[in-house]
Amino acid sequence: MDERAHSRAGGDRKLMASRSARRASAFVEKSIHSLLETADYAARAERRAESRGLLQRLDPRSKLVGILLLIFAVVFSRALWPIALVFAAAVALALGSGIRLRAVAVSIWIPALLFTGAIALPSVFVVEHGGRSAAFLVSRSLTCATLSALLVFSTPWPALLKALRALRVPAIAVAMLGMTYRYLFSILDIARDMMESRRSRTVGALSGAEQRRIAAASAGVLLSRSVQLSREVHLAMLSRGYRGEAFTLEERRMRPRDWTSLALFAGFAALVTGFGR
Amino acid sequence: MSATAAVFELQQVRYRYQELTALDGIDLRIEQGSRNVLLGANGSGKSTLLRILDALYFPSSGSVRFHGRELTPKLFESDENAFDFRRRVGLVFQSPDVQLFNPTVFDEIAFGPLQLRWEREQILSRVNTVLDRFEIAHLRDRPPHRLSGGEKKRVAIASVLVLDPEVLLLDEPTAALDPRSESQIINLLASLGDGRRTVVIATHDLNLAVDIGDRCVLLERGRVAAEGDPREIVRDTELLGRVNLIHEHLHRHASGLVHSHPHRHPHEH
Ligand SMILES: Nc1ncnc2c1ncn2[C@@H]1O[C@H](COP(=O)(O)OP(=O)(O)OP(=O)(O)O)[C@@H](O)[C@H]1O
Ligand SMILES: [Mg+2]
Repeated sequence: MDERAHSRAGGDRKLMASRSARRASAFVEKSIHSLLETADYAARAERRAESRGLLQRLDPRSKLVGILLLIFAVVFSRALWPIALVFAAAVALALGSGIRLRAVAVSIWIPALLFTGAIALPSVFVVEHGGRSAAFLVSRSLTCATLSALLVFSTPWPALLKALRALRVPAIAVAMLGMTYRYLFSILDIARDMMESRRSRTVGALSGAEQRRIAAASAGVLLSRSVQLSREVHLAMLSRGYRGEAFTLEERRMRPRDWTSLALFAGFAALVTGFGR
Repeated sequence: MSATAAVFELQQVRYRYQELTALDGIDLRIEQGSRNVLLGANGSGKSTLLRILDALYFPSSGSVRFHGRELTPKLFESDENAFDFRRRVGLVFQSPDVQLFNPTVFDEIAFGPLQLRWEREQILSRVNTVLDRFEIAHLRDRPPHRLSGGEKKRVAIASVLVLDPEVLLLDEPTAALDPRSESQIINLLASLGDGRRTVVIATHDLNLAVDIGDRCVLLERGRVAAEGDPREIVRDTELLGRVNLIHEHLHRHASGLVHSHPHRHPHEH
């Protein structure tokens, strides 16, 4: 990033370095901040989940199975327009359930586009029919990611974990998922604290090499603190009687409405699969 | 041996983290219904000792007995023994972020009873009682990790006391709290000692030792440096200076009269 800066006069260069350092760390801070905000938003799904809204009223199990079916339909579709149809339906469901599209965009669409875009873009120029395969890759991943977002944003997290257990996903995998989600906050907090304390200690500009060195060191510290955190949490669970499988309260019954919606999901998925052959 | 029954008896307990020896030959007897304060500077081994008492760690050598029965990994292989012990001994961790891992305050407090397989109705009524008693009923549906420091601490203590353990182990219950939350917690802890429950508190807060403890164990680099009446130990400025619990100049300042809050305002000197 400072190739150009090198050719300039010393003072100028320093100024550039400091400015780009600020910009870089401001960008990282912003990203962490928006991640935290989105995570908070997802956490509040717990409260909103009791509210009106199409998806919130469904049993998590029927939602989970229905959405998995749609994901399969999208993955196996060999035509683009059925995928687009599912995407449109997903957006409509989000709107009908009071899920903010901005949150979906920040947490799902932008990362999915950046990630798959980076993979797909080169193929557009290199491979024959590259454009078509790139379009498939991007549209599939975008649609599947949106479907999963519907599930996460409309279901209290513990209920979702229970639904996964009901589908015979191993307890340990579900527990790990739960912990990852919960401690994402703590780890992001640690990252933010580290950043803030570093900013308060650094006076003036850092060179690119210094920045990279600090970033690498911070990542190492962050990782070891995360590992230690998870070890401690495990002890805290053991201390309160945890023996490998977490028990939770509240059993929900599947109501007629849940079966109906499951049937609707399945019917739609079958249609999409039919059209996509 | 004294007439009162021992809850814990430790003999020559050593504990090593890889190459570091955190506990170096601890002999200790904790009596039923007593209120013990483990005093010691940072790194003296307080947290490690509490984890040994809670059977989260087992000694590298030496032995720990709970009501006469030795605590070993083997003992905890059986669900029955493990549940019995977890029901009777509770530990409030030093960091609430470690302790509070559930999505809501309600789930947090219900966690222990659920793991111990209590009946559903019993859990619901007990959790609600505890929510009221600790004045956290209004936080019921909030995620614990987004609460204030004082609220977190109350939830953490409630999540352990919900099981009504006969032994309560607390790791620095007043650290990082503002004065008001601190006195709330101290009052709460003082109200717990009704002579029935055994309490062990790790701290470097000399006030807490005097306010709550009826017995004090001073740790220094993994060894017991002194044992006795908290008021006497707190008065021994030379000893406290040696184990880094008070400052040099405070030490001079405090000689003469009893200075029971030496740690409170070290910056004023
Ligand atoms: N997980 C660990 N791995 C390696 N060493 C550790 C670990 N936990 C603690 N120690 C070391 O063991 C010693 C005793 O630590 P312990 O946490 O028991 O002290 P403490 O009295 O609770 O200190 P503090 O007042 O800071 O909480 C310290 O030297 C510490 O560095
Ligand atoms: Mg400690």
